[in-house]
Amino acid sequence: MTTAIRVENLGKRYKIGTAPAKFKYGMLRDVFVKKATAPIRWVRSIGKKQLILEDQPNYIWALKDVSFDLQEGKVLGIVGRNGAGKSTLLKILSRITEPTRGTVTVRGRVGALLEVGTGFHPELTGRENIYMNGAILGMKRAEIQRKFDEIVAFSEVEKFIETPVKRYSSGMYLRLAFAVAAHLEPEILVVDEVLAVGDAEFQKKCIGKMSDVAQQGSTVLFVSHNMSAILRLTEETIVLDKGKLLMRGPTQQAVDYYLSSGQSSSGERIWNADEIPPNAAPFRPIALRLKNKQGKVIETVRSIEPLMIELEYRLEAPLTGLRVGFYLSSMRGEYIITSFDTDDSQKYEQYGARSSGHYFSRCTLPADLFNEGRFSLGMNASSFGVRRYFQDEQVLTFNVDISGAPGTHWAEPRQGLIRPRLDWEIEKVE
Amino acid sequence: MAEFVKSEPITVYIKPSTRLAGLNLRDLWSYRELIFFMIWRILKVRYKQTLLGASWAIIQPVMIMIVFNFVFGTIAKVPTDGIPYPIFSFTALLPWGLFVNALNQGSRSLTANHNMVTKIYFPKMILPISSVLAGLVDFAIGFVVMIGLMIYYEVTPAWNVIWALPFFLLLSIITALGVALWLSAINVKYRDVNYALPFLTQFWLFMTPVAYSASVISEKWQLVYSLNPMAGVVNGFRWALLDAGNGPDAALWVSVTISILVLVSGLFYFRNMERTFADTI
Repeated sequence: MTTAIRVENLGKRYKIGTAPAKFKYGMLRDVFVKKATAPIRWVRSIGKKQLILEDQPNYIWALKDVSFDLQEGKVLGIVGRNGAGKSTLLKILSRITEPTRGTVTVRGRVGALLEVGTGFHPELTGRENIYMNGAILGMKRAEIQRKFDEIVAFSEVEKFIETPVKRYSSGMYLRLAFAVAAHLEPEILVVDEVLAVGDAEFQKKCIGKMSDVAQQGSTVLFVSHNMSAILRLTEETIVLDKGKLLMRGPTQQAVDYYLSSGQSSSGERIWNADEIPPNAAPFRPIALRLKNKQGKVIETVRSIEPLMIELEYRLEAPLTGLRVGFYLSSMRGEYIITSFDTDDSQKYEQYGARSSGHYFSRCTLPADLFNEGRFSLGMNASSFGVRRYFQDEQVLTFNVDISGAPGTHWAEPRQGLIRPRLDWEIEKVE
Repeated sequence: MAEFVKSEPITVYIKPSTRLAGLNLRDLWSYRELIFFMIWRILKVRYKQTLLGASWAIIQPVMIMIVFNFVFGTIAKVPTDGIPYPIFSFTALLPWGLFVNALNQGSRSLTANHNMVTKIYFPKMILPISSVLAGLVDFAIGFVVMIGLMIYYEVTPAWNVIWALPFFLLLSIITALGVALWLSAINVKYRDVNYALPFLTQFWLFMTPVAYSASVISEKWQLVYSLNPMAGVVNGFRWALLDAGNGPDAALWVSVTISILVLVSGLFYFRNMERTFADTI
């Protein structure tokens, strides 16, 4: 077995400013001012202790001292919450950005799928975009030609292949984009959360294609928030948190570790400014809380009591068509509920367009809903068909205590994720 | 077929760069097909959803020529060394249009494709290069008009047009590419470029003998004047196509040197800034 990827003491430091990252690029004027005042600052700094690299303010280590090896032909999962450094790691591996420290040795051609449809142009037809996108991903013209029919068949858009992609539905667009990327056949495939998009059917197809790629002997690095996808695709997984590698182990173990210890279990999750992706603006999540009837934040939910989910956020600009909601899922990544605050059409009329300001969206889940176990809550804020402002599928986890629930007088675990109190009718006919 | 041969995979070392980045033109060469595809995409998309389509490539220089003819030819009566003003200015507008387009499109090429810059690895130089080269198609369309004008005014070029035209065309591309490399890389970090560009091109137009003849510049300023490589290009075009002026002289070599300097420094500057593009764009 040869090593396909060797990562040694990898670190990446970013400068953080007070301005959102989107507007981080400077103005020439600032540079002139800085250069002009440099001698003054230099004189002032004499005598002061030099700050060591680590402690400099306004810098953040997106990745720090990360080391691992990956054998050829293996599939490695990467989990961690938003801002844990997953994307930074992938960007370094695919040579989009340089590390600040450390080295990576990569053996083979790296195909990076950090986003589907990069370089797609709405005015070009499906056929033209396949060639364009293939070339951008590093395929040769002959290679694209050879795989063209296969790509079209996979994407299921044969009939529209001569139509500009701006006329495509979002599903067709995604299928075509993924189809091109899936036929890249690199020695090393790096995949970031591309499966978070598209419908369940399509996700299934993508996962199927990726396991094919892995079986053909490619080395795969796979980042996802979808635990069931990670469990299905990978044998080994690493857990990242705040730029550090917390653990590496068999996927089941790593996922358990990540879900139970790696994240908040306090019944409340508060976002720090540096944890919010810059492209979330103007939506800024503040907190997600679990509360009981009395309005107290709770860690453990009693199944016989109603549960209030509270989403706190700010809008820095007015938004139209906004919906803010949650995902509730099992620890295995199966979704149980997806619900948004403007699901009710009257609510949507009233709050679909929201002015900027500080908001709470609350909802109460009825009592007698959950079965015993651990559940995970995620958050989503989007305008349907327009933009997803913020998404975090693993905001916090909580335990459900079932004392007093129906059937607990039998000391046995019950199958199933939910345990509603059902109104049984027993009729004696004879 | 060659791609079926499973060759020993190449090993890539990724580490923080400490030295000046090399040009790594080999990497650029291996992505040469992408340059072709990018040019093709630019051309495909350029005149989409326009009524007049590619005829804009003709309308633009012709309209400017008409305006110039009215202002400088009829009202101001600028000396043109005896050449009819329309063809005099159009000969200059051809390379000038190529240059300005290249500058405008090239400088914005990175920020306009910021998705590609942050999500995919490829030699980023491909973006300004393909923007500059795509302008050659408009140049070719405009050249058809040029030939028409030459027939109408019964102008026959000198025999040296055979080497002079490609040479001066190359010089204008080198100049445009050099400046576009500088500006596009600066634009990633400082968006001031977007605001400075319209002024820059306008000043540059006045510094270049497009509307007037270079012969109006007094002798002692000629050398300073030739520091502008586009002056050399425009004079060269007039000399090659209309047999006007003195032809290549010492001033031309100043222009050539300057444009090569701009290109080489632009290449190095771009390569060194490229490392931080994805983080700063």
